[in-house]
Amino acid sequence: MVALALKQEAPLAGAALDIDDVSHHFDIDGKLLPVLDHVSLNAKPGEFVALLGPSGCGKSTLLRLVAGLEPPRSGSLTEDGRPIKGPHPSRVVVFQDPTLFPWRTVWKNVALGLEAQGIIKSQRPRVDAAIELVGLSGFANAYPHQLSGGMAQRVSLARALVNDPQILILDEPLGKLDSLTRLSMQTEIVSLWQRNGFTTLLVTHDVEEALFLAQRVIVFSDRPASIKADITVDTPYPRHRGDAYLAELRQQILGLLGLDATW
Amino acid sequence: MSSASNSEFTLPQSAEEGAAFAGANWPPLATLLAGSTGLLAGLAWAAFGLVSLLLPDVEAGDWSQTRNVGAAALGIAAAIAILSLGAPWFGRVGAGLRKRAPWLLLLGLLLTVWELATAKFGWLPLPFFPPPQAIVEVYTDDLPKLAASVWASVKLQLGGYAIGALLGFVTGVSIGWSVAVGYWIHPILRFIGPLPATAWLPIAFFTFPSSWSASTFLIALATGFPVTVLTWSGVASVSNAYYDVARTLGAKPSFLVLKVAIPAALPHVFVGLFMGLGASFAVLVVAEMIGVKAGLGWYLQWAQGWAAYANMYAALIVMSLLCSGAITALFRVRDGLLIWQKGVVKW
Ligand SMILES: Nc1ncnc2c1ncn2[C@@H]1O[C@H](COP(=O)(O)OP(=O)(O)OP(=O)(O)O)[C@@H](O)[C@H]1O
Ligand SMILES: [Mg+2]
Repeated sequence: MVALALKQEAPLAGAALDIDDVSHHFDIDGKLLPVLDHVSLNAKPGEFVALLGPSGCGKSTLLRLVAGLEPPRSGSLTEDGRPIKGPHPSRVVVFQDPTLFPWRTVWKNVALGLEAQGIIKSQRPRVDAAIELVGLSGFANAYPHQLSGGMAQRVSLARALVNDPQILILDEPLGKLDSLTRLSMQTEIVSLWQRNGFTTLLVTHDVEEALFLAQRVIVFSDRPASIKADITVDTPYPRHRGDAYLAELRQQILGLLGLDATW
Repeated sequence: MSSASNSEFTLPQSAEEGAAFAGANWPPLATLLAGSTGLLAGLAWAAFGLVSLLLPDVEAGDWSQTRNVGAAALGIAAAIAILSLGAPWFGRVGAGLRKRAPWLLLLGLLLTVWELATAKFGWLPLPFFPPPQAIVEVYTDDLPKLAASVWASVKLQLGGYAIGALLGFVTGVSIGWSVAVGYWIHPILRFIGPLPATAWLPIAFFTFPSSWSASTFLIALATGFPVTVLTWSGVASVSNAYYDVARTLGAKPSFLVLKVAIPAALPHVFVGLFMGLGASFAVLVVAEMIGVKAGLGWYLQWAQGWAAYANMYAALIVMSLLCSGAITALFRVRDGLLIWQKGVVKW
């Protein structure tokens, strides 16, 4: 927690994210597959936004555009007013798959970002702190094939957090965790976010998770994804899972996702 | 004749032993027999020693090392027997010997039969099938020439292999990484690569200034092709997800090549290095036979010219140990570097 505690001395607000009229499609053997349909979305500095939507609608694609891994076919994305032209360590992604480097130990995996930026020599304690944060101190020297799926996911979270991002992009980061770890990691993410103030974009399939964590929940339509609803979750942290207000919102969101009959 | 009865006494014993091993309930039996297999191995080696010492060599035979070989075999027999009986007191050496006891037994038996079939009864025609002592004699009497040949081979092989492996690796990474490099190198690779390196032999020997440089070139060529192709395919098959992760964390292109592409491709690279090693051995021997006039290949050729068959076998044994040793060394390096992989083949 050393580095993350250090952050408090110089509170670094997250960056503002502006997604303006973005559309995107893929070419599959000459056939166009539209994936994003005029998506516009603003996140204020330090805001926590959750994205919900049917599987395959284009959520991960939108996150890739925000990360700068691909340029959008039309529309624009900006971070604090600067156009996003490529990846930058101020926007780190926790991918849907942990994608740990199998030839690196847990420690070296977490150190990846600092090493890539050439600052690892002076920043080693940050790596230790991030590993401790996700509860894997005993596994610093383990190789990815020696980890469980949930542990791998936590390593990938630590690998992102160690970079002190201004925008944290989470693509179903807790999808592979057992429900108990999942709950404690949710709490952990909230406190990390509160402490560090990064802007957070979270894709999840879990409506309750979105409501427990986020200040705003965006609901997408089927592919090609367009924004169906933008719901503000106006209740303070720490939140309670049984909250009547949250239950009401959940009902509303499930309705938007076409699942109202089942609950 | 006591030795003959001794060896006859050994054989049926070992047959029972083999039968027992094939038996259904062999794990507990095996632990019980662990010590006695070693003892039987000792007896087999003793039989070899006694046969060598006590039976007269055939008329045509003129071998100076018969007595020494027999004495050495008896010494080995005693060592095996003592070590296997006292295995618990000899720690790792004892345990290692017990593990190898069945092989030692088989070796002892084969040597005994070999000795009988060649030196003692002449069942196999001389000089094509020399007895063990004739081969030992090569190692004692022709050592300087053999050692010089080994040294020449090792030098040539190491030089050519290192050059070929390095160039192949660099070429493979470049093709895998850069489309522009691939555009120019790929056709050349397709055109020249599949050609057996030995096909270049006649050209190489008159275009290069020395037969040594020509051979180095050929060995490097034989090594380089598989290393290039496998490195290339390794780099090309690295999942884009790894690059995405590294890029979002701020990696520059050099980091992507050195810290992502190359480590991810390393398992393929080692397959290429392994294949290149095999190919280069073949080229080495042919090059030495035809052009270099030094090294083990040349020694083989020379021995054949003089109908010195014992020398050929002696050189073959050394060659096989060297090749096997080279592969072992390569696998050691691989195991060290690829410790993160599970289930790598043990050599
Ligand atoms: N590189 C690609 N090339 C072609 N099509 C792609 C590519 N990546 C994604 N797609 C397509 O784009 C669509 C949206 O994919 P995306 O991964 O964004 O969905 P998602 O909303 O994240 O789904 P899930 O919730 O299941 O992860 C899918 O139909 C997929 O087939
Ligand atoms: Mg997805």
